[in-house]
Amino acid sequence: MPDLDESFLALPRHELAGAALQRAKDLGATFAEFRLERIRSESIALRDGALESARDDEDLGLAVRVVHDGTWGFAAAVALTTDSAVAVAEQAVNLAQVSRPINTEPIELADEPVYDDVTWVSSYEVDPFSVPRAEKVALLADYSRRLLEADGVTHVNAHVASVHECKFYANSEGTSYTQQRVRIGPSIQATSVDPESGRFDTMTTCAPPAGRGWEYLTGTGWDWDTELAQIPGWLADKMVAPSVEPGRYDVVVDPTNLWLTIHESIGHATELDRALGYEANYAGTSFATLDQLGTLKYGSPIMHVTGDRTAEHGLSTVGYDDEGVAGQQWDLVKDGLLVGYQVDRRMAKVNEDVLGTERSNGCAYADSSGHIPIQRMANVSLQPAPDGPSTEELISQVQNGIYIVGDKSWSIDMQRYNFQFTGQRFFKITDGKLDGQLRDVAYQATTTEFWGSMAAVGGPQTYLLGGALNCGKAQPSQSGAVTHGCPSALFRDVNILNTTQEAGR
Amino acid sequence: MTTAIQLTPQDTVEQALELAAAQGAEGCVVLVAETSSANLRWANNTLTTNGAMRGTSVTVIATVGAGEGTAVGIVSRSSVTSETLHEIVEAAVATARDAEPAEDARPLVDGTVGPGWDEEADETSVNVYEKFAPALGEVLGRAGKEGRWLYGFADHEVVTLYAGSSAGMRLRHSLPRGFVSATGKSGDLAQSAWAGAATRDFSDIDPHTLDAELTRRLGWASRTVAVDAGRHPTILPPAAVADLTTYLFWTLDGRDAADGNSPFSKPGGGSRVDDVLSKQPVNLRSDPHLPGLETFPFAVARSSGGSSSVFDNGLTLTATDWIRGGKLENLMQSRFTADLTGAPAVTPTIDNYVLSVDGATGSVDDLVAGMDHGLLLTCLWYIRVVDPQTLLVTGLTRDGVYLVENGEVTAAVNNFRFNESPIDLLDRFTTAGATVPSFSREWGDEFSRTATPPLLIPDFNMSTPSQAN
Repeated sequence: MPDLDESFLALPRHELAGAALQRAKDLGATFAEFRLERIRSESIALRDGALESARDDEDLGLAVRVVHDGTWGFAAAVALTTDSAVAVAEQAVNLAQVSRPINTEPIELADEPVYDDVTWVSSYEVDPFSVPRAEKVALLADYSRRLLEADGVTHVNAHVASVHECKFYANSEGTSYTQQRVRIGPSIQATSVDPESGRFDTMTTCAPPAGRGWEYLTGTGWDWDTELAQIPGWLADKMVAPSVEPGRYDVVVDPTNLWLTIHESIGHATELDRALGYEANYAGTSFATLDQLGTLKYGSPIMHVTGDRTAEHGLSTVGYDDEGVAGQQWDLVKDGLLVGYQVDRRMAKVNEDVLGTERSNGCAYADSSGHIPIQRMANVSLQPAPDGPSTEELISQVQNGIYIVGDKSWSIDMQRYNFQFTGQRFFKITDGKLDGQLRDVAYQATTTEFWGSMAAVGGPQTYLLGGALNCGKAQPSQSGAVTHGCPSALFRDVNILNTTQEAGR
Repeated sequence: MTTAIQLTPQDTVEQALELAAAQGAEGCVVLVAETSSANLRWANNTLTTNGAMRGTSVTVIATVGAGEGTAVGIVSRSSVTSETLHEIVEAAVATARDAEPAEDARPLVDGTVGPGWDEEADETSVNVYEKFAPALGEVLGRAGKEGRWLYGFADHEVVTLYAGSSAGMRLRHSLPRGFVSATGKSGDLAQSAWAGAATRDFSDIDPHTLDAELTRRLGWASRTVAVDAGRHPTILPPAAVADLTTYLFWTLDGRDAADGNSPFSKPGGGSRVDDVLSKQPVNLRSDPHLPGLETFPFAVARSSGGSSSVFDNGLTLTATDWIRGGKLENLMQSRFTADLTGAPAVTPTIDNYVLSVDGATGSVDDLVAGMDHGLLLTCLWYIRVVDPQTLLVTGLTRDGVYLVENGEVTAAVNNFRFNESPIDLLDRFTTAGATVPSFSREWGDEFSRTATPPLLIPDFNMSTPSQAN
């Protein structure tokens, strides 16, 4: 396990926290918490093998959240002095006082054991910020060149985002922890342009962002050599592939695509704050309302979905969340029924009778010290069938269908019913075998109808951790990183659109 | 003001430039952004969260080498002291030394000391809601008594940017920005309505007025009618037009067009500049000095990409026509991409736009009065590109779709998923209203300086119904 960063440990964590929490208590706060966060991020972009942009950012600051007279108050600042910490605590209390007249629900929090000065570090090998910039650029340039040298590839865009997050948390109940996480998100996209017709299309690597270090770019956890060698051929085939005939098809969805469908139609739909209306003005609510817990038929009986803050290399994996709650794993959908939600301490307390638990499952997260913790997504994953089939065996069960690989366009309504997704590659399936690519494909369904049509779930050998670095939620908007594990899966009778026809052409 | 970073912004700029020169940088640009913000969020008729934040961002862009061999190093930090500033500059210069020459390298923009350089950063606080918050409290209380549910968000921020360079540029500009977005639902949660607006200081935002509009729209839903998918005559109000036009605006990248992978690429090579995109007299224009939509009057780039360049920092922005009289006039170009693509002018991106139609007058209500049978939207949501070739985007209607019959709104109907191209829509609309300040539901939190007209589309593609309400 990598060590905690010495330069972060050298910051006056406990002194700042002590000053802020004491001031909040002196001013009458019944609960107070302090966060000191340092988030280093790097973005490197190459265009056609040449460096277009490389930027190194660091966001360092402190935040205080209080419950005062039953009302939240939050404030943040960047100066790391005890005077600043005290001032921020005072500002948070002041904001609670100003807000008190328009708060009608006193804030109460679910109990959580106290963790005394504990530490946690995520699972990675090479800190991306320890690798010389030139070395990183050279690797991306090499990957770009491999594609540019291939026939039919006109342009290549390469990008990698790296994040090194250090957090110190302390609250008035006695919990304090120091936590360090690393994540990385690479993407290499090849573009083909037909000069005569002007038609163009793209093919992007399917390597998902991961809770790993720079070793991910050099072959640990992803086979770059094989994928980069295959992309030009796939792209050339896609450029001349026939346009899909719209209609209803059986589809086998690869985990490189299915993770995003899970994210949108299950991950967000089982956030309890959404189900209760707290996101109604922005990202929306959920069809999976609390009164349906235990009875809503979410999908077919083979559907088993978990929430998980503990999965190795998961983007949402933590030792402790931003309310001092330890990471856990639990069921969201079991045997096709809605059985759980993602909650934070307030949601858990207010709804403990319905939820059947008195404890938060650790889903509070703020994307920086400048933002308030909100209820955010755990790693939400579809579990494989223990002795389930391979992807090829799933395809063999289809007479006339489509095999969908890689994510591309995605959209879902504000209650998580109606969604439409595209992908990187669409292979026609004829009599149980792949039969060349199709283009202009989008699949569109209603959430419960789609998951209800899941006829088979692949085995552990098909399981992959997909994910995203930039899931948006809340106002002010916050960006979250989250992983979704899933196997390949077979769905019957899915509505397929032709996107060219949708454009009226 | 001595800021929380211990140095004033001006001192930060001057010291960073001196440090960069001392370490052998040929050039340097320093951007210091002082940000303050305050927000209120409510749901289920009660306040849910709030916040007041102060932030500082210091970006050092150091260059080494000369001419075409110029390399660049960029480092940003949120918390800077006189000690750490040295580390940042050193890191930026070292990065530049290790880097390959930047393809967008150009001489730094010449400059002098602009007005107000010595002034402190402006700031906002929760006091901006001095009148808004009590009124909101009244509205939330009334909604509870009347059996309605209210949800919303109010945000105000002030960004004061200090930009300095080794070429003499010293520019300061302060930019306030605020908005409110409010959703109302019927007591049974079966119906939903939305209203939103951008503001500079909340003096022109009255929660009672917003609530009256939400109540009026919820009243339209006293009758509900199911409507099938299909191509329907549809009125897009200014907010929905802003949802779509903002996506089009972000696609006006000159280099992508020249590379052949943009809806504004011409078959056979080059861009579609000078092509007629619409048979209607449509104009899309940006101007940093647009009254009420003012934005930074000079280019600001913390990284290069597409048609923006860090070497253009400080470049004076002027009014730019993107589409004029239905013809594509310009695409976004840095100095580098303008040279690369042979563009007639350097036209950097500007953080606002106005979409207008020559001679168009009237409001949404006037368009409704002139419609025999069709749909009226409120706003659009979750818009994503499906086909970049045609700029086909998908998304959903949200918080109120209404049936219009014989010039009146007569019922609420179900929501829909749509698949449409905003480029096509600019050619297919049959009636436009007057351009007014608008607030995009989907993008307004980040991009709110827009003005758009309502449009009547004769055949808007409602791809499938959505059960969401």
